Amino acid sequence: MNIDFTAEELQFKEEVREWFNANLPADLKRKSELGIALNKEETQTWGKILNSNGWAAINWPKEYGGTGWSVSQKHLFDEVRVEVGAPNIMSMGVAMLGPVLHAFGTDEQKAEHLPRILNYDDWWCQGYSEPGAGSDLASLKTAAKLEGDEYVVNGSKIWTTYAHYADKMFCLVRTSTEGRKQEGISFLLLDMNDPGMTVRPIVSIDGEHHLNQTFMDDVRTHKSNLVHEENKGWTVAKYLLTHERTGIAGVAGSKAAIAKLKALAKKTIVDGKPAIENEQFAMKIAQVEVDLKALEYTNFRTLAASATGGAPGAESSLLKIKGTQIQQLLAELKVELAGYLAYPWGTLGEAGPEDFGHAVASYNFGRASTIYGGSTEVQYNVMSKGILGL
Amino acid sequence: MDFSLSEEQQLIKESVDKFIAKDYVFENRNKILETEDRFSRDLWKQYAELGWLGMALPEEYGGFGGSAVENMLVSEAFGSAMVLEPYLSTVVMAANALVLAGGSEDQKKELVEQIIAGDLLISVAYAEAESGYNLANVSVTANGSGDSYSLNGEKIVVLNAPSADKFIVSARTSGEQSDQSGVSLFLVDANATGVELTSYNTMDGGRGANITFNNASATLLGAEGEGFEVLDQVIDIATAAICAQALGAMNTAFQRTLEYIKTREQFGVPIGTFQVLQHRLVDMFMAVEASRSMVYMVSMSLASDDANERRAAVSSAKAFMGPEARKVAQEAVQIHGGVGMTEELDVGHYFRYLTLFCGTFGSTDYHLKRFAELTQ
Repeated sequence: MNIDFTAEELQFKEEVREWFNANLPADLKRKSELGIALNKEETQTWGKILNSNGWAAINWPKEYGGTGWSVSQKHLFDEVRVEVGAPNIMSMGVAMLGPVLHAFGTDEQKAEHLPRILNYDDWWCQGYSEPGAGSDLASLKTAAKLEGDEYVVNGSKIWTTYAHYADKMFCLVRTSTEGRKQEGISFLLLDMNDPGMTVRPIVSIDGEHHLNQTFMDDVRTHKSNLVHEENKGWTVAKYLLTHERTGIAGVAGSKAAIAKLKALAKKTIVDGKPAIENEQFAMKIAQVEVDLKALEYTNFRTLAASATGGAPGAESSLLKIKGTQIQQLLAELKVELAGYLAYPWGTLGEAGPEDFGHAVASYNFGRASTIYGGSTEVQYNVMSKGILGL
Repeated sequence: MDFSLSEEQQLIKESVDKFIAKDYVFENRNKILETEDRFSRDLWKQYAELGWLGMALPEEYGGFGGSAVENMLVSEAFGSAMVLEPYLSTVVMAANALVLAGGSEDQKKELVEQIIAGDLLISVAYAEAESGYNLANVSVTANGSGDSYSLNGEKIVVLNAPSADKFIVSARTSGEQSDQSGVSLFLVDANATGVELTSYNTMDGGRGANITFNNASATLLGAEGEGFEVLDQVIDIATAAICAQALGAMNTAFQRTLEYIKTREQFGVPIGTFQVLQHRLVDMFMAVEASRSMVYMVSMSLASDDANERRAAVSSAKAFMGPEARKVAQEAVQIHGGVGMTEELDVGHYFRYLTLFCGTFGSTDYHLKRFAELTQ
């Protein structure tokens, strides 16, 4: 057993660091360090910069324009990314649609979409959840009927993150009501500019607009936009869940958050001394750091197993449960450190040090991490069934 | 031992609860949030006419001489609907500061009467950027004597400051930065020269401001250098009030969640049939009940002649309720799922309201430490 990285891997890490330092725009770095989400234009700018160096999709194989990196390289890249304060841009195209097309897409679908995903030319949103289908995703009702060469889609999707930015949507639709409900679902690609598509903004408890409800009223899409076979969409969705999800534990991000929290606690004077010298507060940071250490090594073990061919299945639930718990605790501690500066709302640095300007909004929105992508409750079910056989 | 309300208190409770249920529904609150003040001056007048503003204030100041229990009843009801009007700032904090401070009775009586009539709004400015929760850590300075003082320095997060007519400000007249003696209280006109506000909305929907004083003219309230004891007692009374407010908010968040799991269906059944959720709702219920006990306890202890007994009671209630409030707030959002994350549902607003409760007038750690020191 050893946990050391090879000399080549460490050399790689140094190269990544140099590249980031040379190419990361200062304004994006600042926003990222303050915990503010990038807007569409900024996301695309940074995405294109990454792509110009071949780093837009670190989880894709080389043949599709990805990096083809080893798990160690991906891990080191992520570590450097947070260390230098680079944004973690979320592209549903890179994270989710890409891997689906690699596994199930036709040659035409791959040729049409993959380069545009890599270069952040198309913004994809995910149409999975519905008002009546959250944890019970398979009960989704949005219906697609084949009429001639086109599917006609009617229904509504909810929690569609950044649908208001999106050019396209990949979604799960019902193509059959026969048999088990999982067996009548298909995976379909839609155009957000279709006249039948309406997007209603949903403001979340951080006061921001990330989420939407989308309504499909006779939205049409050519049948060539079906991914995999009709009524096999559930297989596609499940594939994504067992597909390696880089960084689901968020270890690198939480490590950086701890470092930032400590730095902030050192410079924040509370009743005559730096907050870090308050033993009660210092112990709370230490407790989270200890928990994170346990998560980090569990994550290493999972990475090592998947490097030798073991597919992470239900184990990734453990990483998500513990990882999000730690992220939420860290956000909570930052709010505690802010004290009365938790009150000013929607101001950045006007009413206090800008370090606290977004602390509470981040804490608030961070509550979603145990709800989306399979809630903590669902992850417990996955583990009790998938690992414990209960 | 008797936890029952007097006939008068029962009537007050019924009338406040009825008003909240009928007139302070979530949609109405949202309409008030669209106004510039972010509270309703009409409703404020109505509260005055109903006698709610003077309910717990002494009769010699024009109040009805009620006890902390009356204040608790109003605060719990107001918290259950996240009432925006400045009851906490003006009545609980400012009016009590005026009553408790020594000094000219005539001046104080007039101001408290105006407050009770709904004609005067005062906010108390005590927190500073580096003070933490220590009320004695005061760097704002006051120089002068007799009728004429001038203030210099900055106070942060003064609730309802943008709509206040006057401020009560803690400032140092002598001693080192954290000495209890040498802290004095002052009255300052909001529109006085040298008073500058940086105003903002607050996370719970209200308004607040940081205030800088630049040779601002101020009137001494009570005896010079003896403001700490008064401020400490005022913040204790206010802490008890926000514990009652938080209880109201926790109970509403719990009730909403209970209702939700009975009606929300997934996998073909109401999610309330899942044992995992049933147990968590029981946990929320227990948090509300234990918090109610603490709110009763602290309300009955406020009148104690022994200041340390009062302090220990207040700190025990706040230290206990912080984590319970946070847990109920977080669970309400989690169990509602995506919809709990939205502005559209009131649950997320209770979450924010309770998040602020945790860090107001002292964090859990602060009060636990204060309690430990008082009970060693």
